[in-house]
Amino acid sequence: MTGRQSDRMAAQTESGSDAREQPVSRRTPGLQSLSGWGNWPITGSEVVAPTSARELLDIVPLPTGQIARGLGRSYGDAAQLAGGTVIDMTGLRGIQLDTEKGIATAKAGTSLGQILDFAVPHGWFLPVSPGTSHVTVGGAIAADVHGKNHHRDGSFGQHVESFELITSDHRAVSARPGTEAFTATVGGMGLTGMISRAAFRLIPIETEAMTVDTRRDPDFLAVMQSLFDSDARHRYSVAWLDLSRHGRGRGVVMGADHASVNDVPRRRSGHTPLERTVSIPARCPRLVNELTVAAFNQMWYSRAPRRKRTSVESINSFFYPLDKISNWNRLYGRKGFLQYQFVVPYGEENTLVGVAEDLVATSTPISLAVLKRMGESDGGLISFPIPGWTLALDMPLGDPDLAAVLDGCDAKVARAGGRVYLAKDSRLRHEMVDQMYPNLSRWKEARERLDPDRRLRSNLSNRLGLTN
Amino acid sequence: MDSFGRSQAILLLGSRSDIGLAIVDLMVENGAREVVLAGRDHDQPSNVGVGREGDHRYFDAVDTASHAKFFDDVFSDHPGIDTVVVAFGVLHDEDEVGESPQLGVEMAQVNYVGAVSALLHATTHLRERGGGQLIVLTSVAGITPRSSNVSYGSSKAGLDFLARGLARRYQKDNVRVLVVRPGFVHSSMTAGREPRPFAVSPEIVADSVVAALGRQANLVWVPGILKWVMGVLRMLPAGVVDRLER
Repeated sequence: MTGRQSDRMAAQTESGSDAREQPVSRRTPGLQSLSGWGNWPITGSEVVAPTSARELLDIVPLPTGQIARGLGRSYGDAAQLAGGTVIDMTGLRGIQLDTEKGIATAKAGTSLGQILDFAVPHGWFLPVSPGTSHVTVGGAIAADVHGKNHHRDGSFGQHVESFELITSDHRAVSARPGTEAFTATVGGMGLTGMISRAAFRLIPIETEAMTVDTRRDPDFLAVMQSLFDSDARHRYSVAWLDLSRHGRGRGVVMGADHASVNDVPRRRSGHTPLERTVSIPARCPRLVNELTVAAFNQMWYSRAPRRKRTSVESINSFFYPLDKISNWNRLYGRKGFLQYQFVVPYGEENTLVGVAEDLVATSTPISLAVLKRMGESDGGLISFPIPGWTLALDMPLGDPDLAAVLDGCDAKVARAGGRVYLAKDSRLRHEMVDQMYPNLSRWKEARERLDPDRRLRSNLSNRLGLTN
Repeated sequence: MDSFGRSQAILLLGSRSDIGLAIVDLMVENGAREVVLAGRDHDQPSNVGVGREGDHRYFDAVDTASHAKFFDDVFSDHPGIDTVVVAFGVLHDEDEVGESPQLGVEMAQVNYVGAVSALLHATTHLRERGGGQLIVLTSVAGITPRSSNVSYGSSKAGLDFLARGLARRYQKDNVRVLVVRPGFVHSSMTAGREPRPFAVSPEIVADSVVAALGRQANLVWVPGILKWVMGVLRMLPAGVVDRLER
């Protein structure tokens, strides 16, 4: 359980519904409607679902444009291509774990949750956990995801030892840190090729418990100060903010670490796989509005202790609280929602607060607001993280005036040397992306070499002119 | 198209339409990078659209036999088109129509028959490419028959009906249709006519259209108050409405 087993053991799973009859890739006739996690906009694509790297290699080059898709957790339009082909990667599943060195080798469609279910009982944990465990390994690399430990451990790509990239012109490229294929693909939003498998380092844990310090703060500045303090003391830290109209940016700051065997009274045996307690039905009416957001925020804030309190929590409840509710994105109704996530460098706190104020002033309620501090960036050429403050805001769609307000926020963020996270985006204007990502032209050159026929495209890349 | 319905590549059918051009101008201001302007006098200086940047194409609404090739060509040269604006139309004075019925037939041919063909072709292409949006300019004249513009109104009524029906039929294919029902708009089409109450400029119509796309609406009245005005007019006896007209 401690990850110190001496016998080198390579365990392998081929779990899930891999017992497919058809030897060839499933190809759904006609166009299938797809959207990001924000449920809008929806466009139609042909969907091909290979079940192995071999099949994946066999289907390229495709006559149309193509983009790989994992579990569809990008909020915006990164994993869809109107009128083109979407390659559903979730058929490529399987994990190999070197329990001695703590290295996981997984097929690209394996979810981080599946890796946890397998690795935690062996005493290993993911180096980086985004806000949901329902993302694939391929997607985690393509978006170069970050978690609550970015200030200490960086983004997912920094823990990747190697991966295999199937290019659109029928090559299988082995990418290692430092190579062009690596730096262009990490954070490259799937536009350099299709990752078929990856090897990455895990971190050892003694228990499956987390010790969590929680405290609440009455306004935005106090939250920022607490988060700053928390970063110095904890491996993981995050702040939840109340950005409803009368919330004044009050918030709850959580700092956490993996519990050692001495921290928990009774050593917990093994990892409890995620249990979903609630599922939101399709066609759920919009339940997120100013009233429900204010009520939820009031409850959430009141529940948190005034002074710092330490508790012991499970991995799932600390890292993935929203995973308990399947399809929570449907709470926003048919019109969907967006997440605006940006980062501004340290020293640009005025911009951070200014952007938050601009958005609080709109008639759209901010249903969820999460603040994090980021550490050194050592990811890909167009990876999102840079040292600074990152704020992620969920907002229901449907207010046309929000478009111009967000454009104004983009301008402030860009002026401050910050940027918007492409994995969340569904509305950034194309002229902003060059300002926000200074290495974009270098990335485009690298991309051109990996995809010389320009087959790889997505709605995101078309909208932002990333692939032309 | 982004999550607020802002277009990247837009096709305007009716390059002389002031409303259509105002919509295109606003879409360009909002980030559209590709513009196709199509009309019958695509090369005439009298066509205000000709001065605009974009790919100018010949399109004759009445020549429906040419439409298949027109749309094939436009969509293969501009595969990124995500928004089509159906803005062409003619308006003749009802008194003149009374004198020469052929003018009424012409309105039906352009405003209705031509638009049926254009809408159906555009829908087919948008469906094939995974979706998109259609902006269809109808008119409040098509909602309640009024003696001053019955022939024009009947052609717009048919178009309005078709557009709303296509919206339902092809929602599953992610083709969204916005029906725009303006009242009196100050434009070259209405030049020399007595403005009616609640008259607006083409720019106001464009603002309303862009806002409606952002709301994910499929019907918009311009100005919005006309929805209620027309609702009341429909409940009044025809004689009273006609007396109000004068």
